[in-house]
Amino acid sequence: MSSAAITANHGVAAHGADHEHHDDGSKTLLGFWIYLMSDCLIFSGLFATFAVLGHATAGGPSGKELFDLKYVFGETMLLLISSFTFGLAMLNMHAGHRNKVIAWLFVTLLFGAGFVGMEVYEFHHLITVEHAGPDHSAFLSAYFGLVGTHGLHVTCGLIWLVLMMHMVGKFGLNDAVQRRLSCLSLFWHFLDLVWICVFSFVYLMGVL
Amino acid sequence: MNKRSLVSALRWSCAGFAVFLGGCNLDVLSPKGDIGIQEKSLILIATGLMLVVVIPVIAMTLIFAWRYRASNTKATYAPKWSHSTGIEVVVWTIPCIIIAILATLTWRTTHSLDPYKPLESQAKPITIQAVSMDWKWVFIYPDYGVASVNELAFPANVPVNFEITSDSVMNAFFIPQLGSQIYAMAGMETKLHLIANEPGNYAGLSSNYSGEGFSDMHFTAIATSEQGFENWINKAKASQLSLDGQTYHALTQPSEKVPVTYYTNVKPGLFNSIIAQYMGDMKMDKIGSEPAQASAIPSHIDQVKAPE
Amino acid sequence: MFGKLSLSAIPFHEPIIMGTLLMVSLGMAALLGWLTLTRKWGYLWSEWFTSVDHKRIGIMYVILAIVMLIRGFADAIMMRAQQAIASADAAGYLPPHHYDQIFTAHGVIMIFFVAMPFVVGLMNLVVPLQIGARDVAYPFLNSFSFWMTASGVVLVMLSMFVGDFAATGWLAYPPLSELKFSPTVGVDYYIWALQLSGLGTTLSGINFVVTILRMRTPGMKLMQMPVFTWTALVTNILIVAAFPVLTVALALLAADRYLDMHFFTNELGGNAMLYVNLIWIWGHPEVYILILPCFGVFSEVVATFSGKPLFGYKSMVYATMCIGVLSFLVWLHHFFTMGSGADVNAFFGITTMIISVPTGVKLFNWLFTMYRGRIRFTLPMMWTVAFMVTFTIGGMTGVLMAVPGADFVLHNSLFLIAHFHNVIIGGVLFGCFAAINYWFPKAFGFKLEERWGKASFWCWVVGFYMAFMPLYVLGLMGMTRRMNHYANPAWQPYLIVAAAGAGFIALGIGFMLLQFAVSIRNRAANRDLTGDPWGGRTLEWSTSSPAPFYNFAVLPEVEELDQFWADKEHKRAYKQHQRYADIHMPRNTGVGLIMAAFGTVLGFALVWHIWWLAIGGLVGMIGTYISRVYDTDVDYYVPGAEVEKIERARLVPLHKLIENVDPASAGQKVA
Repeated sequence: MSSAAITANHGVAAHGADHEHHDDGSKTLLGFWIYLMSDCLIFSGLFATFAVLGHATAGGPSGKELFDLKYVFGETMLLLISSFTFGLAMLNMHAGHRNKVIAWLFVTLLFGAGFVGMEVYEFHHLITVEHAGPDHSAFLSAYFGLVGTHGLHVTCGLIWLVLMMHMVGKFGLNDAVQRRLSCLSLFWHFLDLVWICVFSFVYLMGVL
Repeated sequence: MNKRSLVSALRWSCAGFAVFLGGCNLDVLSPKGDIGIQEKSLILIATGLMLVVVIPVIAMTLIFAWRYRASNTKATYAPKWSHSTGIEVVVWTIPCIIIAILATLTWRTTHSLDPYKPLESQAKPITIQAVSMDWKWVFIYPDYGVASVNELAFPANVPVNFEITSDSVMNAFFIPQLGSQIYAMAGMETKLHLIANEPGNYAGLSSNYSGEGFSDMHFTAIATSEQGFENWINKAKASQLSLDGQTYHALTQPSEKVPVTYYTNVKPGLFNSIIAQYMGDMKMDKIGSEPAQASAIPSHIDQVKAPE
Repeated sequence: MFGKLSLSAIPFHEPIIMGTLLMVSLGMAALLGWLTLTRKWGYLWSEWFTSVDHKRIGIMYVILAIVMLIRGFADAIMMRAQQAIASADAAGYLPPHHYDQIFTAHGVIMIFFVAMPFVVGLMNLVVPLQIGARDVAYPFLNSFSFWMTASGVVLVMLSMFVGDFAATGWLAYPPLSELKFSPTVGVDYYIWALQLSGLGTTLSGINFVVTILRMRTPGMKLMQMPVFTWTALVTNILIVAAFPVLTVALALLAADRYLDMHFFTNELGGNAMLYVNLIWIWGHPEVYILILPCFGVFSEVVATFSGKPLFGYKSMVYATMCIGVLSFLVWLHHFFTMGSGADVNAFFGITTMIISVPTGVKLFNWLFTMYRGRIRFTLPMMWTVAFMVTFTIGGMTGVLMAVPGADFVLHNSLFLIAHFHNVIIGGVLFGCFAAINYWFPKAFGFKLEERWGKASFWCWVVGFYMAFMPLYVLGLMGMTRRMNHYANPAWQPYLIVAAAGAGFIALGIGFMLLQFAVSIRNRAANRDLTGDPWGGRTLEWSTSSPAPFYNFAVLPEVEELDQFWADKEHKRAYKQHQRYADIHMPRNTGVGLIMAAFGTVLGFALVWHIWWLAIGGLVGMIGTYISRVYDTDVDYYVPGAEVEKIERARLVPLHKLIENVDPASAGQKVA
């Protein structure tokens, strides 16, 4: 095959060279936006499930009996603050302050980890103390399914954050790193938005 | 041309089609009940309406393909021609008109053939409760206190109100010659209203796959005279078996090719408690299983003992 | 240690399965042995398995589809044979548990692992070429998507020999698919195979949306894209919008089975109809995901072989968009018999019928493309005409079943089976076959020979009508789907005819394989030297056959629809440039394959509850990806001199060939 010869022959390395337009970030961002839309549909599916099953408590406890609004409000604040600190990291990225980026990402990481920790504690409390685990009713399945999926997303975001901190340290703020930080930023704010929906739709409306 | 004459013209145009298919004993197209008859004519009318477009399209495909074949150099060749507002308007309009007619028909018939709608009749309707299980049908006659497995009977020309549920996975209750089918689902009650216009034995089946024994989940629906129906009820009442909690529990165990069986002494409320098993409490309320767990079930079920 | 897995998971007592296992193992051993002896592994690895070239990935998708078509068809013919003999409650030769797995596997394989890879493969092969791009937006992701699909295939095939497959029907409706009623690993195989391949499909959808929106060659406006690309765009938007819902439905079912949750159980408030709704919110768009690209294929084929531009291009585009939007508003027509009210049923019935308007418009547009054309009856065109006739019938029966009153007696009957095979075989498969014959030269540089192709065509068409027309009649006779045996002997003659029809289709598949083999043997005679074997109109025909790995030495400038046709007319085509710029290309990588391999391990471990292995698979998958993220050597430049050498080798003889030939028909005459 002729292409075999070519692939073997190419010697010129491409990265770093400012040749023709190749991946100018905007393509990646568009793709990431579309991914977020599809993720949004996953959450829509889970919200719809919660809407259908939210009252199917099968004689077990309802949201009103289980949810502690103050606690959840604390969780919410952690996540909101983490979004704000991420914004600060992005501002520093645009200004080119590499160390400040890492620092603010670290702060974001702490708040995010705090959120996940609070959620894990909440789940643990529900399952062991309230005896309201996900296997007790369709309502609880839907609740754990929705909130847990969001929690898993945040956890993935935390792993990503750690990687980005390392990458900023290692590569500096080059194009690839900036692109990835922009994606993570979108992801993080998106999770924030989803959480606000969870908070109002699951917790607030569950308690009211 | 008003709509009525259009419809009748269409009816005629499908006559040939119907005769052809009528030759091979098509249950769906040889209905024996009002609902089925309406559904048959609906199928024929809708098909006829669509054939108005479908036949010309198929004919044009074949004619164009033949006429404009490359070897036919006599045919006109218009290598640049790719747009004609006139044709575009026509090809959007014709399907729209057909679909508009069909949509009207659909709206009307969907309401008139709604399975939940009670049938209008002089006769007093009879209620039959159908329960699908792995893998058989149980028919309960709440007004007579009898039940049967894999066979049901009702008088012809009397509307039958079916109340349907499942004590297992999803099934569908279907007697093709009488008309509509409807799903049987655990914890839910669906309704179906049918009538037989003439006596006869009609094949019934589950039309929704439900597992290994599914293929044998068929039953006979006997439409009979008032007298015949009374005899059938008496036959069931004379049964040695009564449908108490234990018998019911045994019946719910998976079994295949279950022979026709009759039960007497069915306590009122059995059907509702079958549904209630899946509605209620944190504890599982299996009918006739461990008595200690069956607290939420109306206690009468456990109290009725077989008179053996 | 090994979860639920033990030696008893292998069905030694089933002679049919063991026979298959033996044959598959022998075949695999022969293939692997041959590859080893001929030292092809290195070539396969570096040129194919690790390739990020959209054309090669496309070809691999199509090969995967053809292999799985054979598997899925083997299931089909076993079912037909069983029903042909299991009359009057005879047992037949397949016990229910085995038969139930077969019809489930048949449906799953044909939709997810035949039709989907066919369609995605075609889009891979053609879309970048049609829009004048050098690759897709994310070549690495593309490779990963393919291998995830392959990973799903591996799990499904494995289920035949280790454990069992779901015996629930292809959509695994709960409560039947819940642990209580399906305690074996069958449904778990189903869930994880679809989750893995579904992830690949979603990513591929995102990839193509971005590719089409962002990577069109300079000057190409949306309304100048070839119709196939348009249908690909709408299809990929549908993929992105529909597949997440499938992911949710399957994930919740998995939660029920693994974590004892109660989304769809009978007990504790679960709601099985929620699953049915979710799965069809994905499922109905899915059928349009399959059929739309095939509509695109027919549009390309009919225009090319009629020697005319497509009639009503704009209509075609708007019709495609209408279908895309409407496909999300019709899902409830799959379960009118659930007992929702008349208003709801009527609404969904009517929205369903409305879809037939744009679909009808498309048919008319193809008709008027043929009108006053000069139709060359090559294989792609023959498939197209067969499609137009067959699909019209299938469309009619579909609209009939969209009328709730009619559906109440036709639902779940063999009439329904006949209907959807009528549209999926008559539409999707015929479309894929047309496409294979049409774009084969672009992929491999030589045409498929026609004799065996025509034999295959006629066997398929005759076989299709013989196999499925009797099913319409059986549906009207009250025969329901998925029966292992039946009491009514009046059904048997029709089922025997249907089985004979399946036999014809078997011949059709056989002849098609023969067609490939003969064509490869005689490839020297069928070589396509121009790159334009059919007198094509769109950009993919302007480059060489097979297309060079960089697709276009110079990105083509586009000012109108059918740009290449216009270039040929104005003798602007095949321009040789003085200088060629360096071309930026992605480097091959095995990361996608390795990640998918870990994914397969993860899926298998989850099926059998081998938790440590599942963790290993997941960590391996993520770890491999992270290693990729740190790899900065992912692309390279092809020096302009090399490009010039390749282009000159093609264009110099080509110019001699076409010097005195009418440019518009240059391709045909030269070929």
